[in-house]
Amino acid sequence: MTPEDRAFMAELAATRAGLAIDAEKAYLIESRLGPVARRESYGSVADLVEAVRSRGDERLAAACVEALAPGETRFFRDRAVFEHLWREIVPQLARRSPDGILRIWSVGCGAGQEVYSLAMLQAETPAPTGRVELFASDLSERLLDRARAGLYSSFEVQRGLSARQLVRHFENRDEHFQLAKRIRQEVRWRCVNLIEDLTPVGAFDVVLCRYVLNGFTDSARRTASVKLANLLTPCGVLVMGEDERPALEGFAAEPIGGVFRRMDDARAAA
Amino acid sequence: MKTCLVVDDSRVVRKVARRLLEDRGFAVAEAGDGMEGLAWCRAMMPDLVLLEASMPLMSGLEFLRRLRLEPGGRAPKVIFCSAEADLDRIREALDAGAAEYIIKPFDGDIVADKLALAGMA
Repeated sequence: MTPEDRAFMAELAATRAGLAIDAEKAYLIESRLGPVARRESYGSVADLVEAVRSRGDERLAAACVEALAPGETRFFRDRAVFEHLWREIVPQLARRSPDGILRIWSVGCGAGQEVYSLAMLQAETPAPTGRVELFASDLSERLLDRARAGLYSSFEVQRGLSARQLVRHFENRDEHFQLAKRIRQEVRWRCVNLIEDLTPVGAFDVVLCRYVLNGFTDSARRTASVKLANLLTPCGVLVMGEDERPALEGFAAEPIGGVFRRMDDARAAA
Repeated sequence: MKTCLVVDDSRVVRKVARRLLEDRGFAVAEAGDGMEGLAWCRAMMPDLVLLEASMPLMSGLEFLRRLRLEPGGRAPKVIFCSAEADLDRIREALDAGAAEYIIKPFDGDIVADKLALAGMA
């Protein structure tokens, strides 16, 4: 790949998905686009980039942008956050919910470990009142397909997941482990680009957007933060990465790092 | 300093485990089979045992059963560490009193997570 190729792909990722990709990081760009080039039968990443540039192939361009988005996640990443969410925040919000239904959205869900962590908690310790509905989204349809299947390697099921949870919620599938259907069916999935219109997605009591916005350009981070804030119900909770903060005012920090509660004036114009 | 006994018939696995555990502040002792492991425990009961499930002479499950009968033998946390990935075998180890289970091959991140889950971080 030439520096011009990298700059082209970085610009494509920024304009289409708000991703901040450093065009100087040749290894990162090539390693993420390599699987797309192989899947699409191009001889090299440079050939793939040339095809995107010259043909205007929307499907190919979207596949490249999806591949450039960081997708790594793990079960119960920062376990204290999940415990605080489930023991403190969910019961509080459930008591206040007028219809007894609590809606939780996992943004940038990758292969689904985050939202499935919540689904497992729900199976182990159901919310004391009301009902929890779990939603998850990602930019990548390929990752959503993986997430729906709930199929993980032994490395993936061992990162963050206890052995008791593994035997309780998973089944052996050849060399892999598959999450039980009763857990998988608790989640509704949707392909969502955070810099596009989010109003059709609905309103949520809790939004988990963890280690997602720190990979965005400054302007996209601000835009997405405003959109997410506007989707939160009053006093709803935004859960970010441990060292992340909302890119706008109107949130009060909870005692656990990365967890913020929307204050009444947090709704801002998108 | 917390102490860990690695019981595994593979010298390579013991060496890798020793390095990962020492990086996390453990003083590490090694045993090549269950009998040697029990002798270590009688001399000085460790805080943690990292235990291969499938060994000649004495299986990991048999080692765990006999360890629990030793004076002070109920104290150590035991983490099984085995290439056996069958969930029934993992369940068996947990039912026998294992705190956690690591499926080989493993890396430093997995060891760190499992130590934390076993309350040994």
